[in-house]
Amino acid sequence: MSATATEQNTQVRIATIGSVDDGKSTLIGRLLHDSKGIFEDQLSAVSKASRRYGDGSFNLALLTDGLRAEREQGITIDVAYRYFATPKRSFVLADTPGHAQFTRNMVTGASVSDIAIVLVDARHGVVEQTRRHVSIAALLGVSHLILAVNKMDLVEWSESAFDEVVTDVAEILTTLESSVPLHAIPICATDGQNVVEKSVEASWYQGPSVLDLLETLDVAPVPTVGARLAVQWTLREHGGSDYRGYAGRLEGGVLRVGDAVTVHPKGNTSVVTGLTRAGSPTEIAVPGDAIAIELADDLDVGKFDVIVASAAVQPLDATNIVADVCWLVDTELKVGDSLIVRHPSGEAHGKVARILHRLDLDTLKNSSTDTLVLNDIARVAIQLKTPLVVDAYNSNRVGGSAIAIDPVTNATIGALMVVGQEDDRSLTPTKKASSTTTSPKKGVRGFVKDFFTLKVNEEF
Amino acid sequence: MSIDTTQEEFAILQSRSHLDRLEAEAITIIREVVSGCESPVLLFSGGKDSAVLLWLAIKAFSPARLPFPVMHVDTGHNFPEVIEYRDEFVRKYNIELVVASVQESIDRGDIPDPGPTGSRNRQQAVTLLSAIRSNKFDAAFGGGRRDEDKARAKERILSFRDKKGGWEPRAQRPEPWNILNPRIVKGEHLRAFPISNWTELDIWEYIAREDIPLPSIYFSHERVVIERDGMLLSVGGPVVAEDDETPRKEVVRYRTVGDMSCTGAIRSEASSYDDVLAEVKTARITERGATRADDNFSESAMEDRKREGYF
Repeated sequence: MSATATEQNTQVRIATIGSVDDGKSTLIGRLLHDSKGIFEDQLSAVSKASRRYGDGSFNLALLTDGLRAEREQGITIDVAYRYFATPKRSFVLADTPGHAQFTRNMVTGASVSDIAIVLVDARHGVVEQTRRHVSIAALLGVSHLILAVNKMDLVEWSESAFDEVVTDVAEILTTLESSVPLHAIPICATDGQNVVEKSVEASWYQGPSVLDLLETLDVAPVPTVGARLAVQWTLREHGGSDYRGYAGRLEGGVLRVGDAVTVHPKGNTSVVTGLTRAGSPTEIAVPGDAIAIELADDLDVGKFDVIVASAAVQPLDATNIVADVCWLVDTELKVGDSLIVRHPSGEAHGKVARILHRLDLDTLKNSSTDTLVLNDIARVAIQLKTPLVVDAYNSNRVGGSAIAIDPVTNATIGALMVVGQEDDRSLTPTKKASSTTTSPKKGVRGFVKDFFTLKVNEEF
Repeated sequence: MSIDTTQEEFAILQSRSHLDRLEAEAITIIREVVSGCESPVLLFSGGKDSAVLLWLAIKAFSPARLPFPVMHVDTGHNFPEVIEYRDEFVRKYNIELVVASVQESIDRGDIPDPGPTGSRNRQQAVTLLSAIRSNKFDAAFGGGRRDEDKARAKERILSFRDKKGGWEPRAQRPEPWNILNPRIVKGEHLRAFPISNWTELDIWEYIAREDIPLPSIYFSHERVVIERDGMLLSVGGPVVAEDDETPRKEVVRYRTVGDMSCTGAIRSEASSYDDVLAEVKTARITERGATRADDNFSESAMEDRKREGYF
């Protein structure tokens, strides 16, 4: 389709990932510096800190390592968010920790990103942490993966060293059956070659710089499964008005005044009679909009109910969910453990019915296990006491994601991506759309198709 | 993209700007916190960030009334224009205002008296925590932005505070997909930062787009100031000129609004939204670096204050 887009400054969200010391913070410092995203007082603070913590040379990483412990230890512990803009786009950049110990913070940073930049040290190639991060980024469904092979100056800009890394990362994606587009660039973050400006030394590389890609890759959200909205709050006007608006964020598709809708999990139907976007009336809303919906009928609709366009693919009203999980805490997870699953459609108590397999990061093969430990990536079946209204993560990122909470400590312990429900043998949504206006496409927008070979139902 | 998307729908999708995305994100967070907490409050200083925050909150619940009060932590060292603005704003939008007074904390002996000219900025944390306790608030919305400071850059959207009100940066709850975990036990509370991802420029672009009212001191005006530690401080209230300081009239405006004793003005002729926008676009020093004496004491000043319960 030909773009009728107006010249808008769109916002792109990026995460930098990869192993410790591969130069993530330095790359960001370089992007900020070369795109003039750093202020003078920040630069002088970095100079001061460089003298204190470094070898005296100006250390760009100190721009993002904002906690005292991070500067003292010279590592990134937590996600740091940085902001910069070019005339073409504005960017929110999450600098994530490379240490395995802090993988939970990497998951947080990458989960909301459109683009992940994976850094690899050209001298060391792909290490376990690279595999872990690339796997998680693929699993999380970023739209694009930029592979920045860094420290090329230390391998004399060797094309074969670069090719070796690219082959290894491409192989990870192939093994995982991920369809995320991979863009590889040889860079030197410390002096900026191929970060913003083209490299002078890599004559064999004629492709774009990192910033070129960030400014041009397509990241716009598009309709996938059809419109749905998890109700966050009911808006009621006081003083005689009978206004009742169901507030939430629209996902999955376009919604218009006049559309027929079905309310999950109850199954009631009605028609949209009014829409507001950020408080103002509108006829049409698109994915990502914060809206309120008025319905023709006085239905029993409230917090956590999900209003779905009747023409859309209907979500699952699931009490037995199968999900891929990134385990985020030191405490082990075992079959039978209790947890709370928090999702836009509610907070449900449940227990782990089964651990189907975990991903072995050395072989990228599935292996069986009885317990999950910190940073494990695994597929689990969870039995819920009350149903949640979910989508498969690969068809709708928001409706398919959830967190696991420890019911005793209230800590957030896991990141969940719904695969399907246990009694659904096809692991696809239950009811097909009655109309074709919003039929889903597999692998739309580079979503990871199916992270693990999708044969879990055979194990039930 | 899906082949079933019409040209019109595609055009609407493409037309959503970075401000639209930030606005939708903030409104979603505000609604989520209200839905997940019993008794939230919005911290309203009268500054531009809290004005944007309150504006977003009003839009999030429009046409319904704002379902929570706003609270001003009053250091007693206020710019009169800001108090006037605060009262006008809450009156116009029929919003409940709670004022927590630092002076009362001093009178009660909860905090040492920093003297008539001492900064009360850091002491605000004590007053804030005591007001949160006495009003039984379980969540406080703040206008903090990650681009303000390197410690803020590490903060979650929903920031968990222990029973003492402290922040532990190493024990923050992960927020994958921005799914917030509002579960707390009695005595703990949450700080929520819906405009975490906004920059100073985003704030001004949004203020201009939405025509959000602001205190007059954000725009160019004449003021009697002294220059101290590289900052232009307004003479009056807690700021008294020392013998070697000469008060003089300057044309200034404020980039941030805080305690009079430590908030500096900048020389500026910017008298409209557009003027300020143009100025912000070419600024070479961060707003806190330019205008906040309290953040320049040490490279971890903000982290230390946040651990003690600061915003």
